[in-house]
Parts: sequence; structure tokens; C-alpha cells
Amino acid sequence: MTGPGITGPGVEGPNVGGPGIGGPGVKAGDELPPLEIPLTRTLIVAGALASRDYQDVHHDAEAAREKGSPDIFMNILTTNGLVGRYLTDHFGPRCTLRTIAIRLGAPNYPGDTMTLRGTVTEVAGGTATVRIVGTNRLGNHVTGTVTLNLPEGAP
Amino acid sequence: MEVSASNDPARPNEPGRPNDPARPKEPGHRKVPDRPRVPDRPRVPARPRVPARPAEEAPPSDLTARLKAYEGRPAATAGVGKDPVNAAMIRHWCEVMGDACPAYSGPDAIAPPAMLQVWTMGGLSGHTDRSAAYEELFGLLDGAGFTSVVATDCEQEYLRPLRPGERITFDAVIESVSERKTTKLGAGHFVTTRMDVRADGELAGTHRFRILKYAPARTEPKAARPRPVINRDNAGFWEGVRQHRLLIQRCDGCGTPRFPWLPGCHACGSPDWTAVEASGTGTVHSYVVMHHPPFPAFDPPYAVGLIELAEGVRMVSNVIGVPHDKVRIGMAVRLEFLRVDAELELPVFRAVEDGAV
Repeated sequence: MTGPGITGPGVEGPNVGGPGIGGPGVKAGDELPPLEIPLTRTLIVAGALASRDYQDVHHDAEAAREKGSPDIFMNILTTNGLVGRYLTDHFGPRCTLRTIAIRLGAPNYPGDTMTLRGTVTEVAGGTATVRIVGTNRLGNHVTGTVTLNLPEGAP
Repeated sequence: MEVSASNDPARPNEPGRPNDPARPKEPGHRKVPDRPRVPDRPRVPARPRVPARPAEEAPPSDLTARLKAYEGRPAATAGVGKDPVNAAMIRHWCEVMGDACPAYSGPDAIAPPAMLQVWTMGGLSGHTDRSAAYEELFGLLDGAGFTSVVATDCEQEYLRPLRPGERITFDAVIESVSERKTTKLGAGHFVTTRMDVRADGELAGTHRFRILKYAPARTEPKAARPRPVINRDNAGFWEGVRQHRLLIQRCDGCGTPRFPWLPGCHACGSPDWTAVEASGTGTVHSYVVMHHPPFPAFDPPYAVGLIELAEGVRMVSNVIGVPHDKVRIGMAVRLEFLRVDAELELPVFRAVEDGAV
């Protein structure tokens, strides 16, 4: 499988480029395999820039400290992108993301690792609802809900 | 779509000025009569209570009302994305995310849906599409000291895919402004906006975004342990500590040992004495465990022991080397000197295993 980018800086997971699981057989209670994302400084800065977010707290550690943060931290757009990737990695390129709703909690600081987990909570009319949570060593970095349309042939 | 009400656990107020009724680091026991309380810093004269803010400035409740007046007003009007949807930005995004989904490349590529907000970002040159109302709202918050910003919630709905070449336009409304909230980051107000994003004029997605505008809580360094009060009567004791010698006094008249250091003998009244070095062995005569209230320089719970030295005098100190709840009366201890910080070293007592001294 070819994609625009097979690996990102420090971003690897067991499902990268995987075939995807969609269509019939997706049911409430299904758990997605967890995805571990090493939170390198490079990933945090590159994510901020790729999302055109130049807030200094996402790339300038000194400025972050002046604002009460111990270090730079990941911006919400990067978290959103990683959540989107986690879902499409699992359900495959033929699924269609409908909504992503996330809330941030404990910041993603450099040197930590975030583990994304997901549970299918509902499947109805070809649309699956997945509850996601991303944890780091401080606690829940992100919690949220994603809905997506499964490929045709789904229940 | 999840609609959420933001809150963060309130951080309890830090206690005020260091205070230390247990005085665990100061040798000496409670029989010291009426020692004058020498303040360790110049006393600041009490200031008369004056209103904290100028009369013309609104109190906080009025600020909230003024902030809430912006609800429903536009945050951005007829905004235009600085770049059309394009393959380069999509590729850069996918590289960062490690997203290898084939839908995002090739002749029929779509943009990753989660990029929705990216196409509306102001970038390094800043936003040019924000409404006057939005700028006023931020000005009010900045002026009230809520100068920092952090995003807390993002809720996006994708109505149709975005494709390279499409021109992005957007409008946004200030959906809500919260009352003042106390968060781990500091006190502030949550501001929620809702944006409609169009591609070539067609509604392609909605984006609800919540930020916290806050005044950063000051991150204070851990407080220093209180300094001992050193005076003419006890200077010899602290000089001994500096040399790692635990010195007590012995009366030249009757031979009675005494501690803490005092000018005269409590047994015979003689003003003459000789400093002698204690062996450093002793036992826990009594103890308390400090749980509450916490003091900035200490991490409760911790044990404060009344140590009876082999020489027969007692001193208050920390018992270390044993959990606070394992300290027992009669426990054998041995002197150690604890380097607290660059300026301060204190005699403390380590529990001795099996009573071996």
C-alpha cells in the first residue's frame, strides 16, 4: 500500500498501512487495537507547523514556561489528526469519517507516550460510533467520540 | 456529536506564609521560657485596606456580564483560507501523523477530514478575518489579565470531502463565553466558537472549538525550610552543626547537661558551662506525625521526634529512615547531618535497625 507518508517523526504503530477492518462484522463492544505514539519534541513541533499553528507554547519551551507550562505541548489539531488516523488505520480507506469530537485533558509533553484506545459503542445504519481515549503518563490526554460511515455492505 | 461543558478541577489555594509550629528542625524542646520571637525578615507594616481595583474598573461579575454580551456575535465573517486545499499541505500533515491512508494521495485524493481547521488557520502572519467583536472580546479578556490561551475542545462534522484546488471560506460565531472558572492552569473563561467551512461555496463541514483564556497560575518554587534563629546564646550550637558536631552544654558548677543552649544552669543557676560533644546515639522519647496543616517546605505526613540523647538531654528533630507510621517510642536512633539546601544543614536522627547502635 502506498501512501503520502508511511512514517512520521516518531510515529509508528502496528496498523500503519494496514488493510483496515470495515463492513460487516463491526459490532458494538469491539475494541480497536491500541496505538502507541511516542511524543517526541519533533512530532509536537512538526504537528504544530503542519497545522499552521504558531502559538509559541507548541514550539518554544522557554515561552511555554513563562505561561505556566513545564514544556511545550501538543496542539489540539495534531491530537485531532492522530485520532483521525487511528480510526482510518483500523477501519480502512473506504470508511468515511463523519464527526470527531474530542476534549483535551493532561497535556502531551515531549518524552511521554500516548496510547490511543477505542471501543465501538454503537453500529446503526452503516454508521459506527467509537469512543476513544488517549492516555499518557499524566492521565487522559484526550477523550472523545468519532462517528464514521462503514463501507457498503455493513449492517 | 458530543456537547460538553468544560470544567477543570479547582486547585486549592496555596497556603500563605510559611509557618511551622512543629519546628522539627530546630533543636531544643518546649521548656524554653519565653524566647523572644525574632522575625527572620523585616516586618512589613500593615497597609490600610484599600479597594484592590480602581473604581472605574468593573468588578468580576460585571466582567462576566460584559463577556456574555458577545454571545451570538460573529467571530469571523467571510473568512478566506490563505491557501486552497492542496496536495503539499496534505502530504506534510500525513507525514507528521504517520497517516498512510491511500485516500489522501493520488489523482482522486481527498484531504484528511481532521485537517478541516487547518485550512482556516491564520498561520504566522496571523488572522485577518476575525471580527471586531471577537477582537474586542479578546481585548477584554487580555485586559482582565487572562492573557494566555489553550484549546480544550474540538468538535467537527464533515459533510463532504475536501479536494485539492478547492477554495475555502468560513464564517464563525461566538457561541458562548463561560463565567470565570478556576483550572489547573489558572483562572479564566472558556470561549466557544462555531464555524461553518465552505469549499467552493458549498458547506463542507462545521467546527466547534473551545478555548480557555486564562491568567497563568504562578508556579512558585518549593518554599525553603524555615531558618533557625541564631543568637548570642546558641551560636555555639550552630557552629558545632557546621562542623558536624552535636554540642550540648555541661554546667561547670554541678555537672548537669543541658539542651537547648541557655545562659544558666536550670539545676544550680551557675552561669559557667562547657560545650561537650554528644555521642549521637539516642532513642525516641516521644513523637508526633504531622498530617495537617501542610506547610510549603514540608511533605506531610512526616514524623517529628523528641529524641533522648545518651547524655540525658532531649531534642526535637526529624526521625528519618523509617516510614512515618513505623516510628515507635523507644526506637534507637543515631545522629546524622542533613543537607537541606545550600545554606542550611540540620541534625536529624535515623532509625537504627534491630536497635544496633
